[in-house]
Amino acid sequence: MATIDAPRTVPSPARRRGRGNWEKWGWIYMRVSGVLLVILIFGHLFVNLVAGDGIKAVDFAFVAGKWASPFWRVWDGLMLWLALIHGGNGMRTLVNDYAYRPTVNRALKWAIFLAVAILIVLGTYTVTAFDPCPSDPSLSFCQ
Amino acid sequence: MWSWVLHRITGVAIFFFLLVHILDSVVLNFGPDAYDRVIGTYKNPVLGLGEAALVAAIVFHALNGIRIILIDLWSKGTRYQRAMFWIVVILWAVLMAGFLPVHLHNAFTEGQ
Repeated sequence: MATIDAPRTVPSPARRRGRGNWEKWGWIYMRVSGVLLVILIFGHLFVNLVAGDGIKAVDFAFVAGKWASPFWRVWDGLMLWLALIHGGNGMRTLVNDYAYRPTVNRALKWAIFLAVAILIVLGTYTVTAFDPCPSDPSLSFCQ
Repeated sequence: MWSWVLHRITGVAIFFFLLVHILDSVVLNFGPDAYDRVIGTYKNPVLGLGEAALVAAIVFHALNGIRIILIDLWSKGTRYQRAMFWIVVILWAVLMAGFLPVHLHNAFTEGQ
């Protein structure tokens, strides 16, 4: 039977004097955000893929209709932040387990951090500033 | 061990989809024509099957994540971890049996 490498963590003590225990907070974050994400994402999937005509109904007008209410903007904004940080921290765990060379390990974690940070900025801008009827007529949904 | 392997594989797959999915949502800033063109690429049978696989991965990762929390925090969690794995499999099958007919019907039929 094929075997898989045992998980390995780059040797660095989780507990460092005077710096708090970040790994413990990461562990707690994964569980708290995980529970919230189950609720948020199951709700998102039900409303966007199951209710009504499902994927066929999703377009600019569909999103504009949802984001007319602050409820769905907060819902989607929470999903954005919680899921990106949850996923980024999960990817960091995998990099620590499988990327043994220090330079590769650091480069991959920087790539994950940048991807998460850039998408949080772009996504937060979109979910807060979105306007279906901007003054530029070529971008406007309201004729 | 397979639940652990599957949790990692589904996690990575969901993460990469998340990156793409946020980028496609950012196109909302470029107006209705641009967004409808981008989101239109999701509406065909091939991507419909991809979405079905994505939802299958998300549902497994969600249910197994709850199992991991119960193993960590419930005093009897480790004793029942194997039973909970089969509960995860059964709940996953039930939820997918509800989701797949609805979604595949939408993905394989034309028009609104």
